[in-house]
Amino acid sequence: MPVVVATGSVAGPREGEGPLGKLFDLVYHDTLAGERSWEKAEARMLRQAGDIAMAKAGLEDADVDFLLAGDLLNQIVSSSYMARERDIPYLGLYGACSTMGEGLGLGGFLVEGGFARNVLVASSSHHDTAERQYRYPTEFGYQRVPVSQWTVTAAGAAIVSGSGTGPRIEAVTVGRVQDYGVTDANDMGTAMAPAFADTVWRHLQDMSRKPEDYDLIFSGDLGKVGSALGEYLLGQHGLDIGAVHRDTGLMMFEMKPEICSGASGCGCAASVFAAKIWADLASGAVKRVLLVPTGALHSPTACQQGESIPCVAHAVSLVSEAAVER
Amino acid sequence: MTRASVRERESYARLARRFQPKRPVFRNLIAAFAVGGAICASGQAILDYLVARDLPLNQAQSMTSSAMVAAGALLTGLGIYDRIGAFAGMGAALPITGFANSIVSPAIEFKREGFVLGVSARMFQVAGPVIVYGSLSAVIVSILRVFVFR
Repeated sequence: MPVVVATGSVAGPREGEGPLGKLFDLVYHDTLAGERSWEKAEARMLRQAGDIAMAKAGLEDADVDFLLAGDLLNQIVSSSYMARERDIPYLGLYGACSTMGEGLGLGGFLVEGGFARNVLVASSSHHDTAERQYRYPTEFGYQRVPVSQWTVTAAGAAIVSGSGTGPRIEAVTVGRVQDYGVTDANDMGTAMAPAFADTVWRHLQDMSRKPEDYDLIFSGDLGKVGSALGEYLLGQHGLDIGAVHRDTGLMMFEMKPEICSGASGCGCAASVFAAKIWADLASGAVKRVLLVPTGALHSPTACQQGESIPCVAHAVSLVSEAAVER
Repeated sequence: MTRASVRERESYARLARRFQPKRPVFRNLIAAFAVGGAICASGQAILDYLVARDLPLNQAQSMTSSAMVAAGALLTGLGIYDRIGAFAGMGAALPITGFANSIVSPAIEFKREGFVLGVSARMFQVAGPVIVYGSLSAVIVSILRVFVFR
């Protein structure tokens, strides 16, 4: 089974003050992270998350056969600027907030298929780069709607290996795109909930498992609205995940009013996985976890033309090393 | 089917409404009234002061507008106006200070893309529609006034 041997996480100021603040490898106290623009800052954070994961795993570029990375910016530039600094064959990914799930899944396939010894997977987002690309200038004064979510400034990276110690990727369910006609780009939780429910349901069917077989099931930032909807939709299939369900979008911040429904962004599930979920699996605090990052695959242009939001969710089942040996 | 049918979409939209928090309309109205009112009252105070200093009314009015625009621009540059806007919504957007915010905020934001393709090209990104439809409705109202209501 593919092993996630190491992770790296980098977070911005607000994330650093949040409940998981102490768990991140590196926290910046300024959203520019010493760079001249937020875009450059995001690329830097993504690069550093990768550097940290590589250093922890004790790997050089020559040991790594693929870099799989993605982010929210147009043409996934943060990822390409990260790849520019590395001597590793690069495949760019786009899955919006589901990117870390897509990367871990593909990394697992590459390793298990014998195509790679080690794969570096990384993903990032930045609140200010996302605001100016998807919404308004950051200094523009407007009222956020209660269903909206707050894009996190963070990056996460992981090394998927054919050998070594650490949590194992035991199964991956690649999601089908679900589109239930939500056209409001502020309401991504509602848009993504059906994708989450579909992927979790199909994963449990495939594996002949029940929600209780997992210590925890993480959705990758559905927020308050999407989490409640996702649980309800699975309830219609007779699956009660309430007791084991957590949402990475509700773990990142103190829930102040401006956060509205919760956190979002590629970097959310990525950094929460890298800093918290992986660490809990590695220490054996949890035995089996289903990580289900969900992505809203829209663009501002498509939404302005009245198109609805296609969404996808990928499920990655991870087990701690102790659980494998038993 | 991964793309929901019209019926599935409608029933999902109905279901989703049960989970979506309502906009706090009453709170928003109060905040908009208080903040918008305070902005307008401060404009009135400036105007009264200028008039009391024996400035002709039309000059005092222009200077008041300029002062309010300058204040809005300054508060935007100091990173304060976006918070006022987040708190007060339309109460901060509607007065002329909000108009200043809508022009200054993209000008600051896109400075990193240069003065031509950044600042000047993007400056009216938010305010553009207001200017276009403001001018258009002024023309329409003027035409009505000249030809219909004279």
